Amino acid sequence: MNVLRRYPGGALGAVMLAAIVVLAVLAPWIAPYTSHEKVGAVYQPPSAAHPLGLDDAGIDMVTLLLWGARTSLLVGFAAALIAVVVGGAIGLAAGYAGGRADAVLMRLTDYMLVIPDIPLLLIVAAVWGRSMTGVVAIIGLLSWPRLARVVRAEALSVRERAYVKRALTIGAGNLRIVATHVLPHVVPLLLTLAIFAVGNAILVETAIAFLGLGDPSAVSWGRLIQNAFAGQAVSRDAWWAIVPPGLAVGCLILACTLIGRALEDHLNPRLRAGHLSVRTFRLAPVPSGGER
Amino acid sequence: MNRGGYLVRRLASALATVAAAAVINFVLFRAAPGDAATQYQMCRTCSAEFRDYLRAELGLDRPLLEQFWLYVSALLRGDLGHSFQTRRPVWDELAGPLANTLPMVGLGLAFGLALGLVIGVVAAWRRGTAADWAPLSASMFLSVLPIQWIGLMLLLLFGGMLPTGGISDPYLRFSDPSWWQVLGDRLEHLALPSLAIGLAWCGSWALIARSALVGALGEDYILTARAKGLTSWRIVRRYALPNSLLPITTLIFLTFGYIVAGSLLVETVFSYPGIGLALYQAVQNRDYAVLQGGFLLLTAAIVVANLLADLLYLKLDPRIRT
Repeated sequence: MNVLRRYPGGALGAVMLAAIVVLAVLAPWIAPYTSHEKVGAVYQPPSAAHPLGLDDAGIDMVTLLLWGARTSLLVGFAAALIAVVVGGAIGLAAGYAGGRADAVLMRLTDYMLVIPDIPLLLIVAAVWGRSMTGVVAIIGLLSWPRLARVVRAEALSVRERAYVKRALTIGAGNLRIVATHVLPHVVPLLLTLAIFAVGNAILVETAIAFLGLGDPSAVSWGRLIQNAFAGQAVSRDAWWAIVPPGLAVGCLILACTLIGRALEDHLNPRLRAGHLSVRTFRLAPVPSGGER
Repeated sequence: MNRGGYLVRRLASALATVAAAAVINFVLFRAAPGDAATQYQMCRTCSAEFRDYLRAELGLDRPLLEQFWLYVSALLRGDLGHSFQTRRPVWDELAGPLANTLPMVGLGLAFGLALGLVIGVVAAWRRGTAADWAPLSASMFLSVLPIQWIGLMLLLLFGGMLPTGGISDPYLRFSDPSWWQVLGDRLEHLALPSLAIGLAWCGSWALIARSALVGALGEDYILTARAKGLTSWRIVRRYALPNSLLPITTLIFLTFGYIVAGSLLVETVFSYPGIGLALYQAVQNRDYAVLQGGFLLLTAAIVVANLLADLLYLKLDPRIRT
């Protein structure tokens, strides 16, 4: 309960994320119709039978939103997993090895950071065709550089600590030191970055879907926004086809961001100090780090 | 580290990045299944002879290394190739759209910055109060929404009041408009796309401004200033803000490139004839030459923006200069 009071935002985010995950998992059982079933007129307004109306093909919006959650979550978590594995490995390697390997890997990371991701997505998707695995792979491979940079910085500092030096002196191998001494220190950070990566991946998926480059057979929230746009929902005033998918995406990403920020706060308590604000003003502020 | 050496190294790394992008460009398109001749839009049903002729014309029948050399030497001459679709030089195809995108992005950036800085500064100043979390949460929620969806919502809300697509009124020129009317018309068409950009980005700006300011407010000199009995506003304006503006200014440049590159979605929603829409159409037409050129152009834009950010940082922060 203490956690709840200290990080109300993070708790809210966790509840939101859990709710969306539960709805997505239960979609096949709780969805009122199937996601390919025409149940009424095109853009039929909300009614008792269809609380959020019908879309441009006469399919129930509630059903589409429930099924869409599955795809969006799947893409988000799968792409984040790729980003964590690749980014974590490269960051650890660069930070722990140092020297030339570090320079080469970080140069590579910098290139990846600079390259504009949406145009690159466009090209890769256009050249390699449209599939779910493709979308996940592209997003994952575009999001690792951010992680790699942060993980490297952490690994760099852990490497200099006394217990690592001691382990080296005793004769522990590099791989063993990384696995048992460095990695555990990096894991909390990696988790924080991962949850941000999930949110980012979901946002990027909506962009890919909007440009018509997603998997044509999968219903995702990004796809619903694209459908509404392509199906002229705006000029037909069919707000029920536009508003819910966007809000759903927003809530999901917000949940990830809130959790991530709470974790970040927890890892870096220095952010809590502020001499100007009335409430947290203290005469003896938190110690400002050993290195200063 | 002296200043000249830093500049040279920074410039070299920028050039290297552009070169790397050029190589990626080459590899990506060569590694694709099929080649430009089989993907050619107007070549769905053409004969094998014509395909061979096309390959010869595009230089695809030569060894890979020679192709690479041809590509690089053309780039060095400033030649981005010719569009598959219109046969005009790629640069001519993209220069106009790029010139359309820049004012839209500039206006969007200005709008987002104004909103974001106000929210961020107030939030840091009134930390822990309702003035902190309420506007900040609202702008944070905006920043996690897909930008294309924000665009659609603006269309839904302002559809009747402001123009919803294009860059100017095609009928205006028949009424012999004054210069002011033309400018007004352009601004009207810019309003919704740049509003979408501003709304989508103001949350990130607010967060950055807030955390930079909070960081500055945690420093010991603020405690000293407070001990001297200075007013809160004076502390924020004279002590905290100048120090926290440093990361903010560089971030403006850093994100400018990304906004230009990401203008694709906004331009698609508002059918605004900018660089993003040009690239999108190039994808639809399988016009690889335009795609390649556009990608390189956008990467170069981001690299230049990053370089400007670094130079600005160098100028603003005396600590780096020594």
